Amino acid sequence: MQYRFKIAGGDFSNAGTVASSVKKILRQLNINHTVSKRIVIALYEAEVNVVAHAYSGLVEIDIDSEKLRAYIADKGPGIPDIPKAMEEGFSTASPQVREMGFGAGMGLSNMKRNCDILNITSEPGTGTNVEMITYFKPDAR
Amino acid sequence: MKITDVIRELGLKVLSGHEGLENEVTGAYVSDLLSDVIGNGREGNVWITLQGHHNIVAVASLKDLAAIIIVKGIQPDEETIRKSKQENIPLLSTEDDTFTVAGKLYNLILKQ
Repeated sequence: MQYRFKIAGGDFSNAGTVASSVKKILRQLNINHTVSKRIVIALYEAEVNVVAHAYSGLVEIDIDSEKLRAYIADKGPGIPDIPKAMEEGFSTASPQVREMGFGAGMGLSNMKRNCDILNITSEPGTGTNVEMITYFKPDAR
Repeated sequence: MKITDVIRELGLKVLSGHEGLENEVTGAYVSDLLSDVIGNGREGNVWITLQGHHNIVAVASLKDLAAIIIVKGIQPDEETIRKSKQENIPLLSTEDDTFTVAGKLYNLILKQ
């Protein structure tokens, strides 16, 4: 099964709708609750990153019998130093975004903790691509 | 313990999300950082925060939280109220600050 979603940069009123849609899909598919919760956390963070930092983004969700693969590609400023961005507490979010309680520098680490495989590639000035794979059976990786 | 019990014991005002008032409470989480709540909040938790914008409802709904308590009489946005009705997440208000209401809730949960 494949699903596609669009994300508009800066659109905080819809932040979380992709994660929420996927949550409903996983519930319908009767996916293990613990695994589904991890997927939703990771997706929410990826979605918020696009809203907070990029101009636009496209999410592709592929679900087969053993795993969910999420691919999030955005057009935006990109990440010049990915290891730095992965550090907990590091954030380049604007003061306005921080005031809302985002931009705590926890997003990428939440993503890493809540998926089995995380790949981030980025071209500064162009955009960022994120791939996250989560297996439905915790021991299947 | 249900949300209705928390409301009664702590003297909270119900702003919206009446349909979720029978939600079971498993505990509570205190944070104003959304990523912290997304990462560490647990299903059935009451979330205490000073944030009043509508993204708090999205977070609460994704995490299946039992309710949100907004502190210091802060009035949430219209959109927050609308979304809380839609998602059946009770929005509760207190004049207390975070420390005070968290202390009261902690004692209440310990007592049971």
